Amino acid sequence: MTENKNQNLKELANDLRVLSVETQNLIGSGHLGGSYSAAELFVYLYHEEMNISQENVKDPNRDYFILSKGHASLGYYSVLAQKGFFPREEMKTYRQLNSRLQGHTEIDTVPGIESSTGSLGQGFSYAIGLAMGLKKQNLSGTVYVMLGDGECQEGQIWEAIMLQSHLKLDNLVPILDNNRIQLDNFTEAVMGDVKWNSILSSFGYDVREFDGHDFEAIEGAFANRPADQPVFLLANTVKGKGVSFMEDVVAWHSKKCDATEFVQAMEELKGGVQHA
Amino acid sequence: MRKATMAPRDMYGKTIVELGKKNEKIFAMSADLAAATKLTEFSETLPGQYLNPGIAEQNMVGIAAGLARTGMIPFISTFCCFAPGRTYDQIRQSICYNHLNVKIVSTHPGLAIGMDGAVHQALEDIALIRTIPEIVVVAPSDEVATKKAIEWAADYDGAVYVRVGRKECDIHFQEDWEWELGKSYTLKDGNDVTLIAHGSMVPYMMKAAEELEQEGISARVIDMPFIKPMDTEALVKAAKETKGIVVAEDHSIYGGLYSAVSEQLSMLAPCKILPVAVQDTFGESAKPDELYEKYGLSVANILKQVKSL
Repeated sequence: MTENKNQNLKELANDLRVLSVETQNLIGSGHLGGSYSAAELFVYLYHEEMNISQENVKDPNRDYFILSKGHASLGYYSVLAQKGFFPREEMKTYRQLNSRLQGHTEIDTVPGIESSTGSLGQGFSYAIGLAMGLKKQNLSGTVYVMLGDGECQEGQIWEAIMLQSHLKLDNLVPILDNNRIQLDNFTEAVMGDVKWNSILSSFGYDVREFDGHDFEAIEGAFANRPADQPVFLLANTVKGKGVSFMEDVVAWHSKKCDATEFVQAMEELKGGVQHA
Repeated sequence: MRKATMAPRDMYGKTIVELGKKNEKIFAMSADLAAATKLTEFSETLPGQYLNPGIAEQNMVGIAAGLARTGMIPFISTFCCFAPGRTYDQIRQSICYNHLNVKIVSTHPGLAIGMDGAVHQALEDIALIRTIPEIVVVAPSDEVATKKAIEWAADYDGAVYVRVGRKECDIHFQEDWEWELGKSYTLKDGNDVTLIAHGSMVPYMMKAAEELEQEGISARVIDMPFIKPMDTEALVKAAKETKGIVVAEDHSIYGGLYSAVSEQLSMLAPCKILPVAVQDTFGESAKPDELYEKYGLSVANILKQVKSL
């Protein structure tokens, strides 16, 4: 990856975070933690990886993205706004009466939203249906589905994992945003230290574990997918990434910034401060 | 009346094969219940249009929704206790809130399933499914109505729940009747009382009407397969032209056709409406006829309710 490209993607991720926190600050609602852990993944998918744009959004051969961890809609809408699927200005209507920007996304209200999500555990199955439908009709698109690690406590996810592995559906790419925090606590405190890599490998996946905030690593994880063996992208991320006081703090799943916190968050983001 | 030649679920299995041969976009799934939901022939005749997704109903519902998004026409089948029972949230979010063209054809409704017992006896499925926006809810009675319901559902663009009976059902539906969204079918005219039913209780209503006729009571019998949307015109007509209405169904008294009829008529044309349905209880294992007798799904109980109008 060239330094220019890397820098450009970093700026887009930073812009996504700014737009998300500005929106949350304006309307007093929305989930920053899981939007920030997925920021680089959103940016890479929409600006580099996927064959999707305003022009081909109804093309049967387009790529599909499903945000199974639907509460990260703040980040998702931000990247859709960056891509021009709706005016950036419209972010001000998020979660407001009569807006098409629902608290959790609703299908087709904005071009490019392929499914209503938000009840956890359902996006993976839907993505299998998409991938099967594309294959049955000899369509070339790839389906990407983003899961949360907390979300994987839902049994339906494991129904989907077993089936994708069994069918060897290679046009479906699951991405795990492994930010290690769920609403109430650290996932390890709730459900133990899950060995994602070995578990998913044992299901037959080509598991690619990487730093979900490093664009070079993300690029490598998406590249060279084998035929007839599904990959599983295991992105190790930090919940609340990009704002020092939000990083790795359970409360920032859905906590709102107060006036002081908002100013500090904007200063850090606009200053491009990098945190571990 | 004609004797049944097959159970409604067998007619589903036969009809879906014919539809699948004509349209390769039709894709059927059964969560390891192909034999019971009568999709075995489909799976053998059209293997490229069939998948057993395993004993994983929630996954099956989600897959169907995704398939529909790409333009396929999925038909998914399991028992009524699992769809909508086990998969209510998946049907709500993945199918209905996505406004997708999925057909849920569930079999084994009510006490009629018999010996498998209360766990499998779905007496709440209509109550659950009809509260979800947009989905059409259909409960055909005999094999003729079932064939028409399935053919209609395949053509209709939107989510449909079809409740298909397991046991044979005497035929009262006419071959030349046209199946239309939200339409009811008057099996017998009458001016004193109205008997409304869906599914397996339709023949019981016809038998009750015959007995009432001998007593000089003229009963109108309406087969009402569409529970949502409903034929409110026929309901208002019945409320105004007859003394009262008895609604019979192999379902709980809460939330099924009895509730739906009462909701509509309390607004449009209040009249006395009495149920012949299962009280607020679970079923148990026994032969279907024994269960119908014990839980009040009987001609005698219909007659008793008519007399109470």
